[in-house]
Amino acid sequence: MSFTAPRSGGSGFNGHGVLAIYRFEMARAIRTAIQSLVTPVITTSLYFVVFGAAIGSRIDEVGGVSYGAFIVPGLIMLTIFGESISNASFGIYFPKFTGTIYEILSAPVSPFEIVLAYVGAAATKSIVLGLVILATASFFVPIEIAHPLAMVFFLVLISVTFSLFGFIIGIWAKGFEQLQLIPMLIVTPLAFLGGAFYSIDMLPQAWRAVALLNPVVYLISGFRWAFYDTSDVGVAVSLSMTGGFLVLCLALVAWIFRTGYRLKA
Amino acid sequence: MPPAISVKNLTKTYASGLVALRDVSLDIAPGEIFALLGPNGAGKTTLISIVCGIVTASGGEVMADGEDVRRNWRATRRKIGLVPQELATDAFETVLSTVTFSRGLFGCPPNAAHIERVLKDLTLWEKRHTQIRELSGGMKRRLMIAKALAHEPSILFLDEPTAGVDVELRRDMWALVRALRENGVTVILTTHYIEEAEEMADRVGVMRKGELILVEEKAALMRKLGKRRLTLCLQEPMAALPPELAQWRLDLAPGGLELGYTFDAHDERTGVPSLLRRLSDLGIAFKDLHTSQSSLEEIFVSLVSERVQEGLPA
Repeated sequence: MSFTAPRSGGSGFNGHGVLAIYRFEMARAIRTAIQSLVTPVITTSLYFVVFGAAIGSRIDEVGGVSYGAFIVPGLIMLTIFGESISNASFGIYFPKFTGTIYEILSAPVSPFEIVLAYVGAAATKSIVLGLVILATASFFVPIEIAHPLAMVFFLVLISVTFSLFGFIIGIWAKGFEQLQLIPMLIVTPLAFLGGAFYSIDMLPQAWRAVALLNPVVYLISGFRWAFYDTSDVGVAVSLSMTGGFLVLCLALVAWIFRTGYRLKA
Repeated sequence: MPPAISVKNLTKTYASGLVALRDVSLDIAPGEIFALLGPNGAGKTTLISIVCGIVTASGGEVMADGEDVRRNWRATRRKIGLVPQELATDAFETVLSTVTFSRGLFGCPPNAAHIERVLKDLTLWEKRHTQIRELSGGMKRRLMIAKALAHEPSILFLDEPTAGVDVELRRDMWALVRALRENGVTVILTTHYIEEAEEMADRVGVMRKGELILVEEKAALMRKLGKRRLTLCLQEPMAALPPELAQWRLDLAPGGLELGYTFDAHDERTGVPSLLRRLSDLGIAFKDLHTSQSSLEEIFVSLVSERVQEGLPA
């Protein structure tokens, strides 16, 4: 008989186990609540000073929205991408680093339950942070939300998707340097070039075509549509791209647990 | 009643090609204290890690309390507690929060009374609100045990539980293990300290290069393989052994004041009476004598060296 990581074989749902991990992760965030909340609030405020006041005063409305208000969804997304990835990747990488992962692997928690707890906690933190930034932004510019339910839906969907992506990075990483590699080299550039501070309609035709290859464009566009009912690409396309990325991350996580990749010898 | 742990034909080859376990089979009875001995790299930790679900086996079967650990992983893992070799802890967590976390992780509802009992048994209750980073090495070791006991397991694996702890704490841990056994917990421990196995174990397994080369009741093993040694303290120093004593294969200690004779206590003819008669005939007087039994450590070293001499994997 050959062994692989458990996939089924164990009825029921370990709710206590999921809650234990979720609470542990949230407790870690609460211990550092001041840094976790104050830092993004200050950063967002600085973005408004630089882009909203200094540069924005020289830019006309974009798609019928003042420039200051236009950048709010992009700023929220920038934070959501970074925080989701860093929270989830650190959450699963740190037990690997300290060796406490032995307890997770030997406990009666299924891969689904492990992902639910870690990704759930990371996404919760991101969503709270997104709402804090939204509240901060409202002190600088008047904000209207055309489709509140859609805004919440996109916020949750993108937080969960990027937390899943972070979870994968956390399992893949062999050191703290690797933990930062993909967020620094890929995610941050794509996020900045993804239309956070401008509409891709403002780009020359050739660059517009290139920009459309950037998946982040679709995420920011969809989120911005929820605010101002205006977008660079169709909402259905944005939703499909986000859903596609979510499915890709889910498939990767499923493969990781099936093979025990970098979790089990 | 099924064995607490039943391992059949277990093999493990790591991706690097290292063969860590070779066709290991073993049954451990409920309520037993089983000591797994072996040098570094023998496969003890790999065996434990497979039973606990941390390492994936290449082949074979593992049952815990009659259930397949692969098919019924959720049920079997709830019954098993593990104290790993390394002191792996979350430095910024408090003692109470990390033990409570462990209980929840294993699917148990909160039980403050049980957590309090475990922490008091391990003399950690006074430190319950202390961050783990502030604990001493010995306290961290006890905390690892508290975490493993938080979900009330019926089978407890202790991987080198007393590595690096002082003598007093080691004895406290031995007392704890005996108390656990009295409550029906099966204890499987790996150790480098043969004294520990000798002190606590009902049965002993010896591993070497991924093979389980011996499983035996400790008392039977010591009876079967144990030698006795007679030591005679001479009145006058002896320069060399006289040829008349050659048949006993005696050894003379430096200084010539001690004669040693090793014999099998279970032999019908131990050779002791005839040796004493011959010494008297030769006029060799002694002022004292005493006998001792070989320890488990000596047996273990002898077992391992025999395997080397037989040309088996060393």
